[in-house]
Amino acid sequence: MSEEFRYQLWKTTKWTAFYFAVLVLCVVSIFPFYYAVLTSFKSGTDLFRVSYFPDTFTLENYASVMTQGSFPLNFLNSIIVSAIVVAISLLLAVTAAYALARVRFRGRGIILLIILSVSMFPQIAVLAGLFELISAMGIYNTLLAVIFAYMIFTLPFTVWVLTTFMRDLPVEIEEAAIVDGASPWIIIRRVFLPLMWPALVTTGLLAFIAAWNEFLFALTFLSSNTTRTVTVAIALLSGASEHEVPWGIIMAASVIVTVPLLVLVLIFQRKIVAGLTAGGVKG
Amino acid sequence: MADIELKNVRKTFGSVHVIKGVDLTIKSGEFMVFVGPSGCGKSTLLRLIAGLEEISSGTLSIGGKVVNRLTPKDRGVAMVFQSYALYPHMNVHDNMAFGMQLAGSDKAAIEKRINEAAEMLQITPYLQRLPKQLSGGQRQRVAIGRAIVRDPAVFLFDEPLSNLDAALRVATRLEIAKLHEKMHDTTMIYVTHDQVEAMTLADRICVLRDGLVEQVGTPLELYERPQSVFVAGFIGSPKMNFLNGKFADNYRATTIGVRAEHLELGAPDKGWPGKVIHTENLGADSYVYLDVGTEEPIVVRQTGTVRLDNGQTAGIIAANQSLVHRFGPDGRPIAA
Amino acid sequence: MTLQAAKMADSASQGLGRQVERSDLANQRLRSALYFLLPMLLTLAAVAGWPLARSIYFSFTDASLNKLGEAHWIGFSNYFSWVTTKSGKTIYIGVLSDPIWWNAVWNTVRFSVISVVLETIFGMAVALILNADFPGRGFVRAAVLIPWAIPTIVSAKIWSWMLNDQFGMINDILLRLHLITDKIAWTANDQTSLYAIIMVDVWKTTPFMALLILAGLQMIPKDVYEAADVDGVHPVKQFYRITLPLVWPALMVAVIFRMLDAMRIFDLVYVLTPNSAATKTMSVLARENLFDFDKFAYGSTVSTLLFLILAVFVILYMWLGQIRFDGGEKT
Repeated sequence: MSEEFRYQLWKTTKWTAFYFAVLVLCVVSIFPFYYAVLTSFKSGTDLFRVSYFPDTFTLENYASVMTQGSFPLNFLNSIIVSAIVVAISLLLAVTAAYALARVRFRGRGIILLIILSVSMFPQIAVLAGLFELISAMGIYNTLLAVIFAYMIFTLPFTVWVLTTFMRDLPVEIEEAAIVDGASPWIIIRRVFLPLMWPALVTTGLLAFIAAWNEFLFALTFLSSNTTRTVTVAIALLSGASEHEVPWGIIMAASVIVTVPLLVLVLIFQRKIVAGLTAGGVKG
Repeated sequence: MADIELKNVRKTFGSVHVIKGVDLTIKSGEFMVFVGPSGCGKSTLLRLIAGLEEISSGTLSIGGKVVNRLTPKDRGVAMVFQSYALYPHMNVHDNMAFGMQLAGSDKAAIEKRINEAAEMLQITPYLQRLPKQLSGGQRQRVAIGRAIVRDPAVFLFDEPLSNLDAALRVATRLEIAKLHEKMHDTTMIYVTHDQVEAMTLADRICVLRDGLVEQVGTPLELYERPQSVFVAGFIGSPKMNFLNGKFADNYRATTIGVRAEHLELGAPDKGWPGKVIHTENLGADSYVYLDVGTEEPIVVRQTGTVRLDNGQTAGIIAANQSLVHRFGPDGRPIAA
Repeated sequence: MTLQAAKMADSASQGLGRQVERSDLANQRLRSALYFLLPMLLTLAAVAGWPLARSIYFSFTDASLNKLGEAHWIGFSNYFSWVTTKSGKTIYIGVLSDPIWWNAVWNTVRFSVISVVLETIFGMAVALILNADFPGRGFVRAAVLIPWAIPTIVSAKIWSWMLNDQFGMINDILLRLHLITDKIAWTANDQTSLYAIIMVDVWKTTPFMALLILAGLQMIPKDVYEAADVDGVHPVKQFYRITLPLVWPALMVAVIFRMLDAMRIFDLVYVLTPNSAATKTMSVLARENLFDFDKFAYGSTVSTLLFLILAVFVILYMWLGQIRFDGGEKT
């Protein structure tokens, strides 16, 4: 075999193996959701027949999801909770990040340490205390309960990522603003915020996703169908009788709950990846 | 519009003394240049005057009022930064308007000032553009414009030309000189490490070394009557020739210094004998490097083009003996 | 001392307000910093600090769900204590003597270690793939994000369905490929349920690990590889001698992060394999006791112990990572 041929053979093998791996990766990643979508369009006895390609189609499951029970309300609850959590977290985090990133003071390191360690709390460890607190505040079984509770994981993350981003803003622009007579609040509002909106979008998105996904607190603090969020609703979906698990309906609900997130993630891929790695690698 | 007075100003960062006791008076309306080698503290001194750093001890007064504790805005200073520091998300107009808006000035007054400044700096066509759409030189003019609009008592420049290429540097230098003429009431303090900028722009130069003032004076004073070997070697390009040992003994000094432009070449048996080791022909002038047996070669300036081969010998003559500076063991000039 | 170090020392001494009388500017900034930090810190104290303290407190009491206010201090009884019966037998009580607790610990540790190891290996592989330049890379990166983007509960449900013993497609494929002879009840069978959980968790979290590792990979300059190619170094060797050492710091951060996350897992276990002793993790056990069994104090004890275990891990993480917490040098 000539050297040229051997080289070509090696290259071809390399690329074939590579693309095979890529194929496997894509199939493994996409198939489960594809299968869920597939299932959601089946109903009745079709569900009991395994198929990998669409051979029946019905919108029954989606109709059930939307009309029976309180699913649409749950969906709305999730949106409200996630949106409000994002808004409050960003507001608190932006100002805190300025203090932590741009002002020198003693104890700054300790505060960052505390924030980092809060993000590592197992949520179960605060559950008992939170339960007592939320009951005492009288907000048990209201959306306020989860909005309040979710701060425990959205705040540390947003503060950490925004602090990292703010640290990287050039000192001279801030000094120019100081010489122009800007107070710290003006600096944040009129000089830094416009420069930071990519970071805000990223952290906002990640906070939204985290709030949307959350299960434990929602399960514990929301006890009626009208207040529950969508994650709990799906977990509790059951059929007409005790033995019948309505897989078609569950899959339809799952698809409804997932599609908005998928769309958001796919559109904002780059930003999300940047945000995750900023929080992870630098942390 | 106001004299600036520094009395025994010191600045320490932790245990590092950066400014070690500076006494200086800057007259109202003058163009003062802080110049010195890296690390001498010139930028720190400027930032102390601006109010971006705190003065560790000593007083700083502007117009007779002690301003140590005041914020930059309250001191009436405006600053032009080395990297322009324009707000990237605002167009030129808004960059220039920012300061006045914060001060609550009315719109008409703001517009008037912006237009006047834009005219002066010839940046009117760029008012609606963003900084990233401008070239380096244009951005620098906008930075200057932003400072002008504030109508400050004191104008501070922190190495504003360092980021520009050579040709642009010369052109912008001219702009700054013209600016000074137009705004002759405004005190201007300019920091640079480039002594050519210092010589061409300054009313007076303050040479700093290691946190202390070496000498303050007009460019010509510093050139003709340097008060130390350091200043003599710092001002003037190419650097002054220094000789010790037997050369200096002949002049009853520890060190003698004479500038390249004050030396001539003659026959090898006249003056100091030297061997040509290198020639630089710059067109209008030439610089000849000769080895006279010391560590450093002597540089002699000749007009026009010079055709000397390496290895050739020549005599180095100081035509005017009064232009040979004599320094004692402390580096200070010896009285004639 | 460098100027930077001096500036840091300067800011440290500013806290003492010694010989330097602070300028208005510095004062203004410090005051603003305080106002800006306070709301966030107070919120954290309210939502994390206080509840944690209360949870820990409850573990030392006999609190019950309906009568939280009437809790009495009982010391370490919930943790470990004993009772001697009239017949002379000693019965041990408390979480630390409860085999169910230790089973949960074992489940959690087993799950965490296996998961994280798999996620790291697969994550590295995916990161290497994504780091390569090839047409369609954008599509692959998007595809890889999908498992991460799907809410955990939804993943649990989808995989429940796929792993369903009667109608699930996993059994279907395995049967068709003759890899098994009978349908397996993945999530109900005690021997397979933990692996089912591991599989779903790995599926879901590998993208995250891959992204973190990818970030680390992208910080390695390309010319190092080019130099190795010119030197004729075999690609596999390049991986072990160049890639791995250079990506190690980022890798370690990702691993410890994931480990912590894995140890506190709840959602997946609760939904995929409810009420299974083989997969009950510490979090699940805690919640069970807190709310389902009305053993509130007991549950608080479990959650406090979990917190302690993780705290030890956090300290390890910080010590190993030697991360700088001073907010950086830029200001």
